[in-house]
Amino acid sequence: MSETSSGVSGRPDLKRFATWDTAIIVLTVLVLVVASVVVDNFGTSRNFTFMVLDLMPILLIALPMTFIIVTGEIDLSVASTLGLTSSLMGWFWNHNLSIEMIIPLCILIGAVAGVLNGFLITGLGLPSLAVTIGTLALYRGLALVVLGDSAVADFPFNYTGWVTGTLGDGSIPNVLIPIIALAVVFGIVLHATPIGRSLYAIGANAQAAHFSGIRVARTKFWLYVVSGAVCGLVGVLWTLRYSSARADNGAGLELAVVAAVLLGGVSIFGGKGSLPGVIAGVVLLTALQNALRLEDVSGQALNIVTGALLVLSVLLPNIVTTVRGNWQRRRLRQSAAR
Amino acid sequence: MAEATALLEVHDVSKSFGAVAAVQGVSFPLYGGEAHALVGENGAGKSTIVKMLAGVHRPDTGTLRVNGADVEFAGPADAKAAGIAVIYQEPTLFPDLSVAENIAMGNQPLTRLRQIDRKAMHATAERLFARLGVHLDPTRPARGLSIADQQLVEIAKALSSEARILIMDEPTAALSAVEVERLFAVVRSLRDEGAAILFISHRFEEITELCERVTIMRDGKHVATEMVADLSVDDMIRRMVGRDLSALFPKQEVEPGEVMLEVSSLSRAGVFRDISFDVRAGEIVALAGLVGAGRSEVVQAVFGVDPYDSGIVKIRGKRLKPGNPRAAMAAGMALVPEDRRQQGLVMDLSIERNVTLPRERKLARLGLLFGGAERRAAAKWTRQLQTKLGRLSDAVSTLSGGNQQKVVLAKWLSTAPQLLIVDEPTRGIDVGTKAEVHRLMSSLAADGLAVLMVSSELPEVLGMADRVIVLREGRVAAVLNRDEATEESVMYAAMGQEAAA
Repeated sequence: MSETSSGVSGRPDLKRFATWDTAIIVLTVLVLVVASVVVDNFGTSRNFTFMVLDLMPILLIALPMTFIIVTGEIDLSVASTLGLTSSLMGWFWNHNLSIEMIIPLCILIGAVAGVLNGFLITGLGLPSLAVTIGTLALYRGLALVVLGDSAVADFPFNYTGWVTGTLGDGSIPNVLIPIIALAVVFGIVLHATPIGRSLYAIGANAQAAHFSGIRVARTKFWLYVVSGAVCGLVGVLWTLRYSSARADNGAGLELAVVAAVLLGGVSIFGGKGSLPGVIAGVVLLTALQNALRLEDVSGQALNIVTGALLVLSVLLPNIVTTVRGNWQRRRLRQSAAR
Repeated sequence: MAEATALLEVHDVSKSFGAVAAVQGVSFPLYGGEAHALVGENGAGKSTIVKMLAGVHRPDTGTLRVNGADVEFAGPADAKAAGIAVIYQEPTLFPDLSVAENIAMGNQPLTRLRQIDRKAMHATAERLFARLGVHLDPTRPARGLSIADQQLVEIAKALSSEARILIMDEPTAALSAVEVERLFAVVRSLRDEGAAILFISHRFEEITELCERVTIMRDGKHVATEMVADLSVDDMIRRMVGRDLSALFPKQEVEPGEVMLEVSSLSRAGVFRDISFDVRAGEIVALAGLVGAGRSEVVQAVFGVDPYDSGIVKIRGKRLKPGNPRAAMAAGMALVPEDRRQQGLVMDLSIERNVTLPRERKLARLGLLFGGAERRAAAKWTRQLQTKLGRLSDAVSTLSGGNQQKVVLAKWLSTAPQLLIVDEPTRGIDVGTKAEVHRLMSSLAADGLAVLMVSSELPEVLGMADRVIVLREGRVAAVLNRDEATEESVMYAAMGQEAAA
């Protein structure tokens, strides 16, 4: 039962490293390096801060989204939950609640939005795609009821300033701290805890997971609650970043999040993917858009790039497997002919 | 039917998956008018051969010849066009389409207006069923058909596309004795019409009953192709395994200990009713009965993966929470389920993840897992069960059926259970592994484990069990002690009055 080194030649097993997540990480680093050389102002510390701020909502929401997609489900209501908490933040502020009260309250409300999703999906057994499309509309609608088309902008500067500010006089944005902290926590849970192991099992075969004593429904329920809470937090950060609580904050963000997660190598069918890959996917997407915007590429063209990347991320792994299979067969035929 | 041109010839075919050579230089012919058995232990390469003939895999080297001409299948459609039809153990019908629609799928008859000609479709289905001598309503949906009937629909479908070569991959594994007889009658009539049949089965009595010729494989290599009449069952087994098998069912005598499991009046509407029995430490108790008698449903309810309406399950005298596998596991219960691929294993996950799945929380240190503890546990248990594998990090789907079953056993034995429930523990696995599994169960019982076994194989039930509980239509039909249990007494109880008719 010794380790069988792959192949005839006895080369080290490269195949294990040549996975989609590592490919996307390498590609991301490449794009960052090339862009800082080729694109003016890309490598500046100011631009770095902007990029981190742009990346923040996508990355934070992508963390629980990765968990959810790994279990084979989806949450499309994330951006609407963000919008709802943003509106409520404005409404609470107008009703003279202190910001120290408002922030935990918003996170809690996000979690409650997740409770509703989780109950409909795991309690009633409804498909998550349909449920969260429904709550996507519902939560956005509630956001409009709360705040209409007005905006609340007079949040205290020490909060808004902190979100857009940097550590000391340096170029490290403050928001990088919660981003890294959450990414590390989610990464450890997914890749080095029993919960993480069970998520992959649920996504790959929910029945076998159930037969192994994993509480499939309960696990999924909590994922939606966590997703909602993170969206609540992002709703707060978003509002503070733009100093503007609006009902349409973050509209359409769910697509960017899902795109980044899939680009990062998570299978939409569940059971596969890694958090480093997803983070690379988010960075790649943001960096490309940022670089193109610096080059004065129009918004429509940016959308085309995002869309094309998404299609490619689904297409490429398939092409690679096919080519690899054909190549292997040909090699075997040749060695047999000899 | 002497050495005429073979309808299909497998010639010096090899196929590897990564570093694993699944099939190496295998050749055998299939003649028209002949049923040809393909036997070998699990992992011998039978399924790979089937998949190559079905056009799912392409051989790395070697050729397939249909009517003497080399063919190359780019996909299943090519194999179908060459007249090859494959009937799998679990048919893949469209459940919401009617039987006739399923048969016509892919070549529906059209009216002049290019609409589907339903009348012609139904007539074709009727004609095919008449030819097969079976009674099935072509207009009913495929959903709810028994596996046996679904297979007949698949066979009718094969006939409708003028298939001359019929490949049957363990078609009888999930069938009852009566259904097997009906299937064999159909196969015989097709054979007599000149079709070539490739028949894969682990049951030797079926092979001697149905087949003229047999090809034996071992470890991906061709061992022999001979007339069945020239070989005894012992010959076949010896060549498959490459050694003599000692006693097939080595059940040790054990003095039963305390009552481990006590099931009283367990009922679930429409599934089973008023089931009561107990299992003592050191005992092997078998649940026997026909397919559909509710055996798996009972053990799944006991373990808690299925709910039940009323009744009590006690383990060591303590009442168990219903519908809670976790509580059952904590109480020392383990269930090796019937369906390895759907219930027993997560096929896409690695071997080590599968082995450690039920007890990740016990392996974690401070709630964290970094792979080392899992790897050690998985290595220990797979070695103990002599699982043949490449790397522990390989997907469990790369293993052969018998080795997959060992992984499921390793997974549950590693939880150190006091009551082991095994549902069809040797279904679809080869004689060698089968004997190992039996020896394992017997020695576990000798060590004081209580074993509850569901099995459709009578020799297994009779050889292993201290007590046999026969279920019929969701009720306990008989409880037989070891000395009372014979093939006749079990079958009679399982079939009730209908057996006499």
